[in-house]
Amino acid sequence: MAEPLFRVSGLKVALPDMTRKPVIGRAPLVHILKGLDFELPRHQVTGIVGESGSGKSTLGRALVRLIEPSAGSVIFEGRDITHLAEADLKPLRCNLQMIFQDPMSSLNPRRTIGAIIAAPLKQNGLGDNIAARVAEALRRVGLPENFAKRYRHELSGGQRQRVGIARALALSPDFVLADEIVSGLDVSTQAQILTLLEKLADEMGLTVAFISHDLSVIRRLCKQVIVMRNGEIVEQGPTDALFADPKHAYTRDLIAAIPLPEIDADWLKAG
Amino acid sequence: MSACLDISSLSATLASGQRVLRSVSLAVEPGEVRALVGESGAGKSMIGKAVLGVLPPSVKIAEGSIRLEGTDLGTLSAKERRRVIGTKTALIPQDPLTALNPSRRVGPQMTDRLIHILGWDSGKADKSIRQLLDEVQIRDPDRVMRAYPHELSGGMRQRVLIAAAFAAEPRLIVADEPTTALDVTVQKQILRLIAQLQKDHGTAILFVTHDLGVVAKISQKVTVLYAGKVVEEADTAALFASPQHAYTRALMAATPRYTDPMASLKPVDDAVLAGLSAEIAAADQSWRAGHG
Repeated sequence: MAEPLFRVSGLKVALPDMTRKPVIGRAPLVHILKGLDFELPRHQVTGIVGESGSGKSTLGRALVRLIEPSAGSVIFEGRDITHLAEADLKPLRCNLQMIFQDPMSSLNPRRTIGAIIAAPLKQNGLGDNIAARVAEALRRVGLPENFAKRYRHELSGGQRQRVGIARALALSPDFVLADEIVSGLDVSTQAQILTLLEKLADEMGLTVAFISHDLSVIRRLCKQVIVMRNGEIVEQGPTDALFADPKHAYTRDLIAAIPLPEIDADWLKAG
Repeated sequence: MSACLDISSLSATLASGQRVLRSVSLAVEPGEVRALVGESGAGKSMIGKAVLGVLPPSVKIAEGSIRLEGTDLGTLSAKERRRVIGTKTALIPQDPLTALNPSRRVGPQMTDRLIHILGWDSGKADKSIRQLLDEVQIRDPDRVMRAYPHELSGGMRQRVLIAAAFAAEPRLIVADEPTTALDVTVQKQILRLIAQLQKDHGTAILFVTHDLGVVAKISQKVTVLYAGKVVEEADTAALFASPQHAYTRALMAATPRYTDPMASLKPVDDAVLAGLSAEIAAADQSWRAGHG
């Protein structure tokens, strides 16, 4: 068995709750992640599912060190990055990329698509031959080269998300965090974006953490799943096994609550 | 018996002349749940807004009629129209947080409409709201009515708005993506509540959604829309058994399905969309020819 890309143990994140901060003194802590143990195997898409407030986005942000864990450890490619300082993290950043939920707010309205995709390349010392690299990134996500001259508002929702993917993959990272990347999209656009991500992950051998509230999307895309609730992992394992035989009552509830596009008169009554 | 809602060849345009609704006709019988399904820009919310008389100022009705229980809204004065719409219809909105005023307690917001539009006295309004809060399984109505919206969870807020919609005893409720913002387990509870109240009160519902899964579970009839045009209309059971239009079939194949993952999430074929666009362009051309 190859070494996993991420090895996470006892991961805890607590943040100050500013709504309960006294006038003088420290705000009390809210415990968002309560000790998580899991691994992300290389070259696989792992789904992280849970309802709002379950801590799935916080978990993603801790993986790419947008937030610093308060306890436990995050080992990335054999290296402990749990408390690395930003300067030491910087060389790792090109391997830890992120696709955001809302491409409207994660693409700068004043810069061209080309400049947006070029920014992380320049940041990481790949500033030579930039036009060709941008063109290659656009081609990879199925957008024409001349989109480099356009602005965010000239694109449809699906095209914007393709740009988000192009930017994340321009550096050929080992790891990509995809946080609810299709939840704002129509079903037909959602299908396009997911099949694109599926194809690219396969071609480029990416390791992906795919965060979603939608188990039916995860069923299609992910080899294994982590089910979260209230900052804890309630169940994890291969996707096939989890759907065939969900062990935890919460996982069963989540699956049973998905409205399948087929007639079932008893569905509303059950559960 | 006349239909609860009868929309007849309704077209709406933007100032630029672009049509956003394209000769939409549909009739909803009393007590029927009709799903309007389509992707963004399909005009499904626009139809709901037209029925409620709250189209954005940029959208003008160019042709066609909307009848509520036989009354043609287009023939009424603005004041009369507001009264008819206000007494016969109600809305369950998508986002329960923005639909509630954050700086007022929930209780008065629920009774407002009963007192000011329907002219009920406050005792009757209060009694009705409490009855409905009980029906949506809120066990501590006093606390909820005294609460501010931010003190309630998303599911609780949506229950409050469902109770408020049914309390006014409308004939027709427009439910505009009422579960889209909710978690999947909460969505199921809310769908169950809407179905139960709908049955108990015999209210017709125009249920706007983008989710064919929700359509299958909640509606008796369904209208599939694309770019403001009715693509297909059928009994829900018939639509899922044998979808007639290529676009309907494509939408079904694009919808994720955990029981058959590899056969779902299929991108819509460009040829299907090209066919639809051609159909729409031809229809627009002949419509323009007929309307100068």
